[in-house]
Amino acid sequence: MSEPDLLFSFLSKLNALAGGVFLLSAFGLVAIRQMLTCLRLYVFQSLLLAISALILGYHYGSIHLFVVAGLTIISKVLIIPWLLRHTVGYESYAKREISQVINIPASLLIALGITILSYYIAGPLVTAAGAGVFESINLPIGLASLILGAFTVTVRREAVPQVLGILAMENGAFFAGVSIAPTLPFIAELAAAFAVLIIALVMGLLTMKISKTLGKTAVGELIALKED
Amino acid sequence: MSHRIIFNVMQVIMVMAFAPLIKGILTRLKENVQSKRGPSAFQPYRDIWKLFHKDEVVSEHCSWIFRLTPFVVFITPIFVTLLIPVLTDYPLFFAFMGDMLGGGFILALGGFFATLAAIDTGNPYGPMGASRTRMVGFLAEPVFMIVFFTVSFIAGSTIPYIVQKHWVTPLANFFEPSHILMLLAFVMLIIAETGRIPVDNPSGHFELAMIDESKGLEYSGRGAALMKWGGSMKFFVLCCIFLNVLVAPWGLAHGTTYGEVLLAVPLILIKIIIFVLVLVAIESSLAKLRLFRITEFLGAAFATSVAAMITGLFFM
Repeated sequence: MSEPDLLFSFLSKLNALAGGVFLLSAFGLVAIRQMLTCLRLYVFQSLLLAISALILGYHYGSIHLFVVAGLTIISKVLIIPWLLRHTVGYESYAKREISQVINIPASLLIALGITILSYYIAGPLVTAAGAGVFESINLPIGLASLILGAFTVTVRREAVPQVLGILAMENGAFFAGVSIAPTLPFIAELAAAFAVLIIALVMGLLTMKISKTLGKTAVGELIALKED
Repeated sequence: MSHRIIFNVMQVIMVMAFAPLIKGILTRLKENVQSKRGPSAFQPYRDIWKLFHKDEVVSEHCSWIFRLTPFVVFITPIFVTLLIPVLTDYPLFFAFMGDMLGGGFILALGGFFATLAAIDTGNPYGPMGASRTRMVGFLAEPVFMIVFFTVSFIAGSTIPYIVQKHWVTPLANFFEPSHILMLLAFVMLIIAETGRIPVDNPSGHFELAMIDESKGLEYSGRGAALMKWGGSMKFFVLCCIFLNVLVAPWGLAHGTTYGEVLLAVPLILIKIIIFVLVLVAIESSLAKLRLFRITEFLGAAFATSVAAMITGLFFM
């Protein structure tokens, strides 16, 4: 095997590994009880997104993907965790048990079903996108973690994991996006990064408000209107 | 041909000789991490030696299963040793007698007899531990199956000697996502199967909380020695399957001379001790799970193995 071939195979395997662990951390966001671990898992997932963007940027020779990686690290690995920790307050994270709508093994099984489904949905898309090694990893896994993020929002009762679910959806969209659009305009990247920051800030403040009013952040229990 | 038989016998002797040592090192290191001195690493040998010289007491209400079980528990890891690579990276005499699934079934046979024997005596703690072991076992079974089928699918074979070569030819294969995810799932499986924290506390002395230990409570003398020895050999064999077949065949002997094969003995021991260090780190940093949380632990292992399968199938 010649030198570039070897490098290519190594890079594609590394990207696939990042994808696999990315998928695993999406599962973790669905099922892990500790809130602080959820937050760390989200940071880890964003880091994997940045790694994948770096590998793809190196492969396509695209400066845009390096910018995506840099923005991801700055906004999602550094600023968003800091924002969510400081706006929501420590006592919400100290809780270990998170109540779920469906119990954990069942929701993991549903998550597995979602993953397989998204592979079937993404199959024709991968063929349409050129069926490269990178597309066939990034597109289905990105789609899967997008839907898993939505599933996280529905299955969790606490506010912080729901916020993380929404942010994980965005991560998944980016993970799929970097493989099919290696030359995204700068303005779109910047807009997406700032939108996520604003979303995290707004929802963090909202969660703080909820926890100040109610004394807890279990928004899943807020199902009845108050009548007087 | 004759040297292949001799090497196969050497594998068995290696497993029999060093299995208690690995168990002793694990216990010792765990105590050291908790800043205690701990028993000597050779304590399991002394225990086994002492038990062999003691009288055996067998309840008069129990059947032949209770008497047979120590031998089954002792012999099944040895059978598996004949099938898997412990010292060499080329197939030995018995290598094609059974594949990885066969090895899994033989190990399960030992567990099955241990369960029956625990129920046999009528001791209330035995059946309780046995039923808990079955619970862990049947939750672990699908993970086992998916890991083995994924491995076989990727490597194109169920014979462990052929599987192990796939991970390092070329070296980039080592970083295949399905490989790494499968390793994670299998570590969780080893923890569950050998009764370690967070699933079970191997050093606990409280019968009501026991999962794995309570099966051997009724045994004394020679039976207890065989059960102990068999248990440590099972752990050793699982480590060998994990490190030599699933991780990478590093350290295994390539050549057919006695020197090379003997050189593999310390290398494999070093590999296992490194893995034991990882286990000590896991055991010392986690708390034991409540019984009904074990489903979540093994559910996570299942999710990991299925993720390995999915990325493996679609990466092809």
